[in-house]
Amino acid sequence: MTEIDFLNWVRGPGFQIATIIFVAGVLIRIFEIILLGRKANLAEAKGSEMSSGLRTIVTRSVPQADSFKRSTFTIVTGYIFHIGLFVTIFLYAPHILLIKDIVGISWPALPTPVVDAFAVISIISLLAILIHRFSNKVLHYLTNFEDLLVWFVTIAPLVTGYIAFHRIGFTAPTLLGIHILSVEILMIVFPFTKLMHAFTLFMARWYNGAISGYRGVES
Amino acid sequence: MSASLEKGINALKEQVDSSVAAFFSSCVHCGMCADACLFYTETGGPERTPINKTEPLRRIWKSEYTLFGRIGKLFGLTKPVTDELLADWETLVYDSCTLCGRCSMVCPVGNDIAAMIRKTREGMAAAGHAPDGLIGATKRAVTIGSPMGVKFPALQAQIKHVENDTGMTIPVDVVGADYMLLLSSMEIMNFPEFIEAVAKIFDKAGVTWTISSEAFEATNSGIQIGVSDIAAELVQRIVDAAEKLKVKTVISPECGHAYMAIRWDGPNLVGKPFDFKVRHILEVLDEFRKDGRLKTTGKESQRLTYHDPCQISRRGGVIDEPRNLLNMIADDFVEMPDAGKMNWCCGAGGGVSSNERANEIRLKVFQRKKDQLDEIKPDAIVSACSNCRIHLEDGLEEYHMEIPLLSLTETLAEHLAD
Repeated sequence: MTEIDFLNWVRGPGFQIATIIFVAGVLIRIFEIILLGRKANLAEAKGSEMSSGLRTIVTRSVPQADSFKRSTFTIVTGYIFHIGLFVTIFLYAPHILLIKDIVGISWPALPTPVVDAFAVISIISLLAILIHRFSNKVLHYLTNFEDLLVWFVTIAPLVTGYIAFHRIGFTAPTLLGIHILSVEILMIVFPFTKLMHAFTLFMARWYNGAISGYRGVES
Repeated sequence: MSASLEKGINALKEQVDSSVAAFFSSCVHCGMCADACLFYTETGGPERTPINKTEPLRRIWKSEYTLFGRIGKLFGLTKPVTDELLADWETLVYDSCTLCGRCSMVCPVGNDIAAMIRKTREGMAAAGHAPDGLIGATKRAVTIGSPMGVKFPALQAQIKHVENDTGMTIPVDVVGADYMLLLSSMEIMNFPEFIEAVAKIFDKAGVTWTISSEAFEATNSGIQIGVSDIAAELVQRIVDAAEKLKVKTVISPECGHAYMAIRWDGPNLVGKPFDFKVRHILEVLDEFRKDGRLKTTGKESQRLTYHDPCQISRRGGVIDEPRNLLNMIADDFVEMPDAGKMNWCCGAGGGVSSNERANEIRLKVFQRKKDQLDEIKPDAIVSACSNCRIHLEDGLEEYHMEIPLLSLTETLAEHLAD
């Protein structure tokens, strides 16, 4: 297999396989949650479930003051790498072109050096998060194989993308192929792991807000 | 598999719904819930991280309600719930959690972790892994009618005392009264002044009320231990009495979990909406205030603070009412840091105070309350939960602090205008 064959495979069949597993897996996970259903609350309501749930989806992104004070490192690094991921995935010109090819919509990109900086910051924050996972006793206690796997498949596309962009070590097609492959691994791992939170957190936050809001408390 | 373990697993299965599935699917092991939990912050034990306490329920969700988990089970990859796991988790689920719900407020993905722990207790109790203290309290609640073993004659004796002291009549079994007052055993035995305070305030407000001789106990051990069938039976007694006496509103007294049990869980436990309203005593008093039926005179000059009982504030929604009421009678009111919906638990709710095994840890985690109080140095603490009150007194004594505890209802009664 030449490097062009490799690149063609990850762009073609590889990408198709990953997409099918990703889409089908995510749909299965979401439907198996929704289909469980939930009993209607028979107590007299003090607030609206719907509007409280929707509000919490938004407000839960802002930490409580005391929580921020006590979990500062987790919150700051968490915010940095999530923003970094968003910028590198959705505001990098070649990615936008790819999305335009697939779904037909596009939006303005950030200048490449800016995206590059975000990638570096994200990588640094993810490294810091890994160190924190082992140095903090709560995180150390909670950490299992899945946490490490998810960390690896999340940082891998950032690192391979950075290397591909700067053409370090190999030729462009190989580097690009490796980058695309790392994204495909992320997509395949996604439905089976806590990466699902990217979708289910909207449901979880809604339920949290609804349960609390029904009793008249903003959560 | 032992019969009790099977019961436990079945009970856990019944607890899984779409909210539980969404919660477990979303946890990213960030550990922020630990920082919100006084059982972690004051002990430093990572196993006390709130989400970790739900492990038995998580395993059931994963192995029974997810396709990938079920496939994993075939290959022995999904961890089962065992008797050893439940035995190991008993002290985490019962001794190291008051169901205070602070974790549920900080979880960045929005997991209602306290609700998940409450659900986990259903499986623990069914499998026989509940603390002896709570089992005893629950048995007494079912057979005698009160977790402390208080029968109606004991209440009658307290009523007689109050009647002799005040010259007022305490209404019992009055059909058609506006309000039916529930009491906690703790109030009956330790704080009968509460009955006196209600009698005086309601008399001035010009409303009719009654106590039921058949269902006067407000507390619900079934909720604390996590046995819904028993919780439902205890709620049903109140429903029957309220319907028999044709009252418009049932009043939950100064007790945290009692309010949760009758106000929010009650109709769901018995499976139908109530024909009457349920209100916390502070909600009723605040309505009186708004209607001009509650008038006070004079103000407390001492520096007062309010301890929010978790099940009444954060989990119950009664947050503004006590502040409105305190505003009437307090000249120097000061809030603790994190007051209101983010207040720290006293450390003994959710059945912890009925569980002697947890005595040491509940006093240890009181350090959090001490730190809160040290920041504002109040002359007295007002609260609206007898259980908080007893434990706060206990904790203050343990930490050599001399701050009196006041009931909000009783303090208001002392300031009633003539």
